[in-house]
Amino acid sequence: MKEHIIVRIVSKFFAPFIQLYALYVIAHGDLGPGGGFQGGVILGASMILYVIAFGLDEGRKRLSQKVSDVFMSTGALIYAGIGIFCILAGGAYLEYAELPLGSHHLASHLGMYGIEIGVGITVAFVMITIFFETAQNK
Amino acid sequence: MKFIQELPVLIIVIPLIFALIIPLVGRLNRLIPWIISSTITFFCFLISISLLMTVLDTGKISYWLGGWEPPWGIEYAIDYLNAFVLVVVSFVAFIVSLYSRRSVELEINEDKRSVFYCVYMLFITGLMGIVITGDIFNIYVFLEISSLSGYALIAMGRKREALVASYNYLILGTIAATFILIGIGYIYMATGTLNIADLQERLPALFHSKMVLVALGFFTVGLSLKLALFPLHTWLPGAYAYAPSVVSCIMAATATKVGVYAMLRIIFGVFRIEFDIHFIPIANILIVISSMAIIVGAALAITQTNLKRMLAYSSVGQIGYIVLGAVLADQEAMTGSVIHILNHALMKGALFMVVGCIVYKTGIEDISGLRGMGKKMPFTMAAFTIAGLSMMGVPLTVGFVSKWYIAIGALNAEMWYLIPVIITGSLLSAVYIWRIIANIYFPDELPEHELQYTDGGAEITNHKSQYSEAPWSMLGPTMALAALCIYFGISATAPLYIAEKAAVMLLQQ
Repeated sequence: MKEHIIVRIVSKFFAPFIQLYALYVIAHGDLGPGGGFQGGVILGASMILYVIAFGLDEGRKRLSQKVSDVFMSTGALIYAGIGIFCILAGGAYLEYAELPLGSHHLASHLGMYGIEIGVGITVAFVMITIFFETAQNK
Repeated sequence: MKFIQELPVLIIVIPLIFALIIPLVGRLNRLIPWIISSTITFFCFLISISLLMTVLDTGKISYWLGGWEPPWGIEYAIDYLNAFVLVVVSFVAFIVSLYSRRSVELEINEDKRSVFYCVYMLFITGLMGIVITGDIFNIYVFLEISSLSGYALIAMGRKREALVASYNYLILGTIAATFILIGIGYIYMATGTLNIADLQERLPALFHSKMVLVALGFFTVGLSLKLALFPLHTWLPGAYAYAPSVVSCIMAATATKVGVYAMLRIIFGVFRIEFDIHFIPIANILIVISSMAIIVGAALAITQTNLKRMLAYSSVGQIGYIVLGAVLADQEAMTGSVIHILNHALMKGALFMVVGCIVYKTGIEDISGLRGMGKKMPFTMAAFTIAGLSMMGVPLTVGFVSKWYIAIGALNAEMWYLIPVIITGSLLSAVYIWRIIANIYFPDELPEHELQYTDGGAEITNHKSQYSEAPWSMLGPTMALAALCIYFGISATAPLYIAEKAAVMLLQQ
């Protein structure tokens, strides 16, 4: 898409705004509509848009396979890890209220927040990986 | 003490976490993925044993995820049936994982190995999740986890056909999952709850509703597809034949068993047996279908020339036995059916592991290529013989125990005409197993022309009687499963005790 300068400029310009919106959706997850999955998809879409405009090689330069593999696992590990912390803190699996973070209410809020972040990371990088895998003709 | 209470969730979360850690640390050393997967599956096995002990001591375990009380929250509910299947799944997962190292080194590319173990662990997590959960929607979620990882595992096969087989399974598996989801949707619409224990209480009042009837229809078709009940078994032979050997072992030994478990749980646990008998004759339909599965599966197995494909068709027949025992709705038959989940996992696991050893050593997958293999790989072939005899249902092996109970159950249920079906199935399996055993040990007694139609033959005559046994890391687990086929054939008290309790529980609900 080298000749489509408008597409490239616009997609480059939009990427940070899309990402910011994605972070908003993820952060909003425990309070209203939105959440880790939706936000993660938007976050992944920003990268996918970039790759569509600039090509696979340029995209891989920005985000290598290795890095996205690591993030894919990390996100889900954050989720599972918070669950385990709840057990260690004396509750059931994913019983956020038991987390030692001040009041039960605040602990519930932060626990759920952490979960949304984990889900968001995994979903975003899984989206990107799926896109790369289907786009390259091997 | 705290952790003892948390075991129901840890058995799911620990393999899940380590599945995700494997690709992260797998680059460091090529042995690490194997070590992690073997250790963790062993831990799961220990946890499942401990859960079984707890259930035997104190009765049903109920674990509330996130502290939310059922039916609002998700519940992990463990009773005799669950705990039993959980032990079978985690034990086989452990044994296959131990066995897998050399076979994976041969059959999976270096860069895919840590991914392979990651997906393997996810697959096990999904299967154990289906078994442990007491929430019907959670069953669907775990079903998807195990199915999706199953498709990936099959696609890792060396041949290009593996992709086609995986795609086939993907399409049919997705249809099955969709049917199950629609079924769940209908009963949720009718009752407003997803908790299995709660559903069981609420459904009888709604047995006259068409919606519940339709839901059961969707469940039956979806689950039959998933557990490869004849005539919906078409995905299974290709999937088992082209998957890597290790994957064939684990899928043949556990995946279809978990499908059977899900069917038992939904037909007898969610709906009640009186519904199945009085409102629609689903039990009668399944009796006919599973009888056909027993005969047709075994007959098709006889016609196969590829070893893995033959074992796959034999699985179709054996699944017929399990379903037949279950739908007779008799306590003895149900016991036979539940215990056959263990027995078939042991013998089919052992048989597929033997095939893995043969493939590892010679690359032969063809039945005629096995000629004279008894001298070449005596221990492997001994394991094959034992597991094969179990498959026929010879007394003193596990196959006999379950078939005996199912046959007694058929008599109790006054369906004597099923006895010939059971016996014919056994005789037909004797034909296909004996064909191989004769080939292995008495190569000269078979006419030459029967053995020459494949390309494997030339290779075998070159180093025919040389001793070249599979490595011990593969042979050990294979022999262990074969030994258990004999052990539980002679002393079946412990599994029978649990299976009987599970049967009573399923039928009295």
